[in-house]
Amino acid sequence: MEKILLLDIPNYHRIDVYREHGGYETVKKAYSMSPDEVIDEVKKSGLRGRGGASFLTGLKWSFMPKTSDKPKYLCINGDESEPGSFKDRQIFEFNPHALIEGALIACYAIQAKAAYIYVRGEYHNWIEMLQKALDDAYSMGLVGEKMKETFQTPYECNIYIHKGAGAYICGEESSLMNSIEGKRPYPRVKPPFPAQNGLWGCPTTINNVETISNIPAIIKNGWQWFSRIGEPRHPGTLLFGVSGHVMKPGVYELPSGVLLTDLIYNYAGGVPGGKKIKCVIPGGSSMPPLRGDQIEGVKMDAESLKAAGSAIGTGGVIVMDEDTDLVRVLARITKFYYHESCGQCTPCREGTGWMLKALNRIARGQGTTSDLELLIDVAKNIEGNTVCALGDAAAWPVKFMITRFRDEFEKAVKKEVVMPVASMVHSMRHTALPLAELKKN
Amino acid sequence: MDFKFTEENLSRIESVRKKYPDSKAALMPVLYIAQEQNGYITREVMDEVALVLGIKAVDVLGVATFYTMYHTSPVGKYHLQVCTNVSCMLKGGYEMLEETVKKLGIGVNEVTPDGKFSIEEVECMGSCGTAPMMAVNNDYFENLTKEKLNEILDSLK
Repeated sequence: MEKILLLDIPNYHRIDVYREHGGYETVKKAYSMSPDEVIDEVKKSGLRGRGGASFLTGLKWSFMPKTSDKPKYLCINGDESEPGSFKDRQIFEFNPHALIEGALIACYAIQAKAAYIYVRGEYHNWIEMLQKALDDAYSMGLVGEKMKETFQTPYECNIYIHKGAGAYICGEESSLMNSIEGKRPYPRVKPPFPAQNGLWGCPTTINNVETISNIPAIIKNGWQWFSRIGEPRHPGTLLFGVSGHVMKPGVYELPSGVLLTDLIYNYAGGVPGGKKIKCVIPGGSSMPPLRGDQIEGVKMDAESLKAAGSAIGTGGVIVMDEDTDLVRVLARITKFYYHESCGQCTPCREGTGWMLKALNRIARGQGTTSDLELLIDVAKNIEGNTVCALGDAAAWPVKFMITRFRDEFEKAVKKEVVMPVASMVHSMRHTALPLAELKKN
Repeated sequence: MDFKFTEENLSRIESVRKKYPDSKAALMPVLYIAQEQNGYITREVMDEVALVLGIKAVDVLGVATFYTMYHTSPVGKYHLQVCTNVSCMLKGGYEMLEETVKKLGIGVNEVTPDGKFSIEEVECMGSCGTAPMMAVNNDYFENLTKEKLNEILDSLK
């Protein structure tokens, strides 16, 4: 089976081994093309972003202004903080030079002055591995001012690593840029989009680590080759991180469109103890969860998962067996978004806290059926009402988990609705009963 | 208590600044250098960072207090970060946290009286495939069991 990123070549992370296998030769090929030709090649390949939104990479690059008085930048998102996602870490460890080579090509295509690779602070040891790879590339004259000589080109760029400090929100593109700029990392209102107004107000493109690491192979082998791998609407291989209740958790590089059941049962070895699957989150904790009976025949690519009622996200598959307490799971997921909400927008800042309180109440056995309605109501009022997608990411698991596993949540709450007078007064607006009548009851 | 960067760290700061077009962008790496030198980040440290970078102290405060990896109060020599997020939770993350709390006799976000250990319950660290996990300072310990956890804690002198 074809692999692009996680190859079975020992010591591939070392620059000498990488170069023995043709590493950094593709930069020469790219630099012999015009920047627009490179963009065109990526466009035709159909490569879609691997960071969650699955946006067409070539199209994103083409948004960059051709002429600009300001310098242009490339940001590479390696914040990787989505629960269930642990793929970029494999690239830093096993194939850092594909990332660096991809950055050199991407920078050229958009004519960027520099690339900033943003890596989450917790990955301290992986930052050191990536820094070592980058230092090696610099000392061989592959990056920076010496590259003019090495590649016989008038073009040069620099690549820097920026270390995050433990904030999930920095995976959001505009928050990431504020973080690099040394500002409090609140997401920015869009438009203007990064291509117009990105890092330091300059035209900027931002791509995921895995996306950029695919670029050398596409330029080397041509768009036709890439577009034939996996599902045509979302071509290439994807790094699927499988975790939770499976025998062999880990990252599997497989062509897009692989069956979710194949991924779980064949590659990840199935569920321990032969138990049934209750729930699968197919793309990291922000994505709508699927019931065990919804996963049959579902392919792992953006379009198929959308049709199945979820999303590919970052390809982080979390499997939960039949004994899993979904109330606890949802409470834990919500705790995460409550903790990570940056506090800029009221619906997300306050709403995540409300949802957590209600879920904890249910987990303690003190919830009522009205809490379920309250949760869905709060989720709906967060979704779409915030500057960035963290609000949606917090709302979706609540909305879909309760809707899709209604039975389980119904069982966890008290049937009778214990309504304090205050909320009865509130509900009066929807009834014809006068307040005095309600108080009598 | 006054805080001043060492000569060595001042030259590190100079080289960090070269990565960015303005000095404000060097704030995050400089806060890491400050934390490395002082152990944690006090108001005095923030003031000094602001002075060295030529930026406003309030901007330093805004950034230093936003992120979880900048400590504004002391942490132990071994800062234990136990993940309890969903993938770890499914594999016993909470049991690992409870075991750590029980073993060290301190609560989450507390430091042992000898200053050796502190415990933090952390959000996903990207070890979902090797859950449950704990990080000791910068190092990851994965596929934990209670025995393995105890062994690791006993080995930390």
